[in-house]
Amino acid sequence: MSAPAIPAPAPAAPAPPPVETLTVKVNGKTLQVPKTHPDWQGKPQPTTMLQAARCGGVDIPHYCYHDKLPIAGNCRMCLVEFGTLMMDPATRKPILNEDGTPKISKSVLPYEPGTPRGAISCATPISPGMEIYADSPATKQMRESVLESLLINHPLDCTICDQAGECKLQEYSVEHGQAGSHFVEAKVHKPKAVDLGPRIVLDDERCILCTRCIRFTKDIAGDDALGIVNRGSYNTISAFQTGKFDNNYTLNTVDLCPVGALTSKDFRFKMRVWFLKETKSLCTGCGTGCNITVGSREGIIHRYEPRENDAVNGPWMCDTGRLNYKWIGRPDRLTEVRVNGQKVTWATAVKDIGSRLIRASSGSVALIASARQTTEELFLLKSLATRLGAVTDSVPREGEADHLLVNADRNPNTNGTRLTGIAFTEAGMQLPLIAAGIEAGTIRTLIVFGEDVTKHGIGPELLAKLEMLVVSDILPNATTAVATHLLPGASHAEKRGTFISVKGRLQKLTKAVESPGDARAEWEFLHELVHDVTGRNGFTSIEGLFNLMARETPAFAGLEWANIGDKGVDVKI
Amino acid sequence: MSFSVPSSLEAELDELTTHYPVKRSASLMFLHALQEHFGYISKEAMEWTAAKLELQPINVFELVTFYPMFRQEPLGKTHIKVCRTLSCALQGSAELREQFCNRLGLDSHAHTAQTTPDGKFTVEFVECLASCGTAPVVLVNESLHQTVSPAAAEEILRKGNLA
Repeated sequence: MSAPAIPAPAPAAPAPPPVETLTVKVNGKTLQVPKTHPDWQGKPQPTTMLQAARCGGVDIPHYCYHDKLPIAGNCRMCLVEFGTLMMDPATRKPILNEDGTPKISKSVLPYEPGTPRGAISCATPISPGMEIYADSPATKQMRESVLESLLINHPLDCTICDQAGECKLQEYSVEHGQAGSHFVEAKVHKPKAVDLGPRIVLDDERCILCTRCIRFTKDIAGDDALGIVNRGSYNTISAFQTGKFDNNYTLNTVDLCPVGALTSKDFRFKMRVWFLKETKSLCTGCGTGCNITVGSREGIIHRYEPRENDAVNGPWMCDTGRLNYKWIGRPDRLTEVRVNGQKVTWATAVKDIGSRLIRASSGSVALIASARQTTEELFLLKSLATRLGAVTDSVPREGEADHLLVNADRNPNTNGTRLTGIAFTEAGMQLPLIAAGIEAGTIRTLIVFGEDVTKHGIGPELLAKLEMLVVSDILPNATTAVATHLLPGASHAEKRGTFISVKGRLQKLTKAVESPGDARAEWEFLHELVHDVTGRNGFTSIEGLFNLMARETPAFAGLEWANIGDKGVDVKI
Repeated sequence: MSFSVPSSLEAELDELTTHYPVKRSASLMFLHALQEHFGYISKEAMEWTAAKLELQPINVFELVTFYPMFRQEPLGKTHIKVCRTLSCALQGSAELREQFCNRLGLDSHAHTAQTTPDGKFTVEFVECLASCGTAPVVLVNESLHQTVSPAAAEEILRKGNLA
């Protein structure tokens, strides 16, 4: 610091202590690696050889090891040859070669000093000066042998296996395996197509017994339901009672399974994974905002998978959220723009709504938006409401929270409704007032986005009193049925935008599939409507719209679309 | 079938649990006692054990399947254990077992113990019965049969059918 030192009146917050490092060599390259790494619970633990190698960009193949699970060390795939500093027992100092470099003693079998002795890199802590030979002939030979052993009882049925294309057994066999096997005996046959639970099918012959699923369900999901039964080569993953593995996180075991043993009933035999287009998106099932990858092909969504984000969901997501995609492709999706029941073009409908809204007297319009809309859409709706002097609100959606990811707030963007000013601290407060206003005849125009208001105190008899009912939704319901102006909207998988989680994480959606028929992303037609009604322009792209919103909303100060990144940013809520 | 453990046995097991620093350690003793009493360990017995020892049923299930001495099905009246270990194997125990299985209509390649549908016989391939000098040996219920010939095997089956 160049500024003169002034004694601080109060002790400043202590600077984070510098990361303590150790020097190790990975494949001959000297590296400074942190002395500790967080374990599955986030507690610092001595850095392992596998983690040290990762620091040097070397990925040591492994099956049972997972960053977010307790270490088991049973698959042996991550065996590596290594060496440690040769120490002088008297002085406890490293013995040096003539050229001044430290002497390294390679790990060898005690009874056979010519044979390197590997160690499992996932569970062996590093020591100063350690050398890790992740590519040495001995390491390669160990990998080959482990793979051969893992494949002894494997059915080699990749052609009909759902995991093919994202199977570690397949990948490592290509990279590190050998084509032949020395095994000539009969393979052990194990249970096939075991109905483990409502969402999971298990093929025990494909299993390599890494126990990731057991550890996940016991230590993360808190449901000690799976175990290894029988002995030796008959070892089998099993539940006490088949069919009962039914906690809300079971499908994570399918992601965790490095092979094709655990498969999702929903995705099984549906699609080859290499045909899937992967799009980064968000789960909209609750306020947690789990990051997901949408797998789609030719406009049809085939699966959701969690996308790792330690600030939000880690590598997990709940089964409910994961399977909550089928409505997007429902055949009864709203696909036509309608004014008074007649199919019209977007231009006609938006112009008509705009001209009517301009003529509406202040206070005669009410607007109910959904906390399932993106923040940008809510921002546009709010600017519309401000111009019209309209009362606004959204609809709360409460459920039960659980111990892991599911939040009691079942709306994905409640904070979006608050920060844009659509709803107040308590969403839904204005709904009775709006109902009363319609009853009294003071509110003559209602704009509803993404909610069936007939379920929230504004019944069909009230809606019938309105002069104009503008409704935008994705699926038909009792409100869309009586709309004077019906605008088919886009699901979250069909548009871009942001959601703000209950904890204030602002995160991006990206478009995975096209909307059906004339359905359109709400922000696109709202932008036109807002332009017609308020005269404002300048946000024809989602980037421009977000940046404008960020400039005008205190909570988003300093934010730009380009800076949100794939994992989102925290905003002040 | 409702599962109930006699109160005297339950009291005995409760007392036994106090001998261990953690309850789980009493698992094996529980299973031995329950098998002794019921003849085999049913799913209900595993659930009961799990509840008593504050475990999940899968923890007990793993244990029961690990040890071949624990049975999940009732035994046949005549329990034939054919030794499979080296000396007996060299003296034809595999053929002996095949003979028993074929005569009783059982799968001669099954990995686990098998019981005939009429409940008369259980045939099991077991590890060393500690009588290597008189191979092949067969343990029929509690009695050891040594240097068992095919004819002796037939005699075992004949007696078993009369039992």
